[in-house]
Amino acid sequence: MSATDLFSKFDEMIALRESILATGVEDPYSLVMEKVLSPTRAICNGRDTILLGTYNYMGMTFDDDVIAAGKQAYDEFGAGTTGSRVLNGTFHHHRDVEAALREFYAMDHAMVFSTGYQANLGIISTIAGKGDYIVLDIDSHASIWDGCAMGKAEVVPFKHNDIEAMDKRLGRIPAGAGKLVVLEGVYSMLGDVAPLAEMVAVAKRHGAMVLVDEAHSMGFIGEHGRGVCEAAGVIDQVDFIIGTFSKSVGTVGGFCVSNHPKFEVLRLVCRPYVFTAALPPAVMASSAASIRKLMHGSNKRAHLWENSRTLHRGLRALGFQLGTAEPESAIIAVVMPDLERGAMMWEALLKEGLYVNLARPPATPANMTLLRCSLCAEHSAEQVQTILGMFERAGRATAII
Amino acid sequence: MDRADVDTRIRSLIEPFNKKGVEIAEGTTFAADLEFDSLTVMDFVAAIEDEFDIIISMNQQAEIETFGQLVDAVHKLQAG
Repeated sequence: MSATDLFSKFDEMIALRESILATGVEDPYSLVMEKVLSPTRAICNGRDTILLGTYNYMGMTFDDDVIAAGKQAYDEFGAGTTGSRVLNGTFHHHRDVEAALREFYAMDHAMVFSTGYQANLGIISTIAGKGDYIVLDIDSHASIWDGCAMGKAEVVPFKHNDIEAMDKRLGRIPAGAGKLVVLEGVYSMLGDVAPLAEMVAVAKRHGAMVLVDEAHSMGFIGEHGRGVCEAAGVIDQVDFIIGTFSKSVGTVGGFCVSNHPKFEVLRLVCRPYVFTAALPPAVMASSAASIRKLMHGSNKRAHLWENSRTLHRGLRALGFQLGTAEPESAIIAVVMPDLERGAMMWEALLKEGLYVNLARPPATPANMTLLRCSLCAEHSAEQVQTILGMFERAGRATAII
Repeated sequence: MDRADVDTRIRSLIEPFNKKGVEIAEGTTFAADLEFDSLTVMDFVAAIEDEFDIIISMNQQAEIETFGQLVDAVHKLQAG
């Protein structure tokens, strides 16, 4: 071993990883998709595998129109933009995908970032600066925390989904300070939904601006698929919605939509927007095609919810402990007794031919180890039954049920 | 409220979080001595905030490592 250096702070992480691999399990964090056959099937580490951990909720990755739009943009506009959105990186397609977002959300402004991470990082750090206060849920995504840190605002977390705790903290902020409340529609670790009707009302009573990350709800929650804030009837009270193209839309990229009259100034002052290259035109063309198709996806939506309910009911009947009492989203989190047995179960499922996400501390709430399943509208009813059989065999083999 | 009162009230608030019964002194650290993890910190900070009707932002928490520093910070916040 080398002497102490800048990498010494990672020793604990290195030891944890080695202790898991020493038990002989396959490395949960170096899976390779050798071939992707459809939104729900791939060859992973040499095995034909059902994908149940991709966030590809609406199965748009292989949609014919989405692929055709991308191919055409590739042929006509080339492989990349080689530039920032504010210099040479805005092509026709970037403007068009922003128009598609304005149509989808029925909002005045839309701004596209290179990833969802950058959308949270950029918007939060730019609007809430030194001396402002950000009140946020303790289980917020890493991109939200990083946006808070980058902007240097005063950061005040509250207990997950606790309306009263949020209310109290907002009430104690010094008079005159700028206030931003950051919430998520669906929390991706447990798949639970925020009580947005109450929370947004409380935030507004305290005169705070509200930002809601709807990454895990776009396309299938709310009447028009605009997310939990639409389903809760408070979308017109929300100042900023953050979203991503890397889940329901099936491509990559992030965005913010808003009705704020001064919103467009952010294109000039938001560093994670300005100082990075714009996404390739093919990605933008595919994304625009996908967003417009999601506006008319009610049959797929219904099937996705049916899959979520069937899997939740089936896993509960098998005796697994789940993250939510009822299915609240397209994420079903299966709670594992500890990391070691979680890794064993994850591997047993992979050998059965099923891929799920292994989520472990510190990314998880309450230091839980979770097997996180995300359903797809393209999973057939038969596949869901096959998945339940795999869970049953793997759960018994590892003595978790 | 003077510093001694703040000290007394925080001492009683720590009790349910001080699972190993560590003796609390000015220099007792939350991370090393009391072994508070991030969730414990959140619950403990919430208890203090509610007791004194103050906000201790994460930015302020980052500067507080010992019991004595916490008493000082709360004493200053509730006076202001």
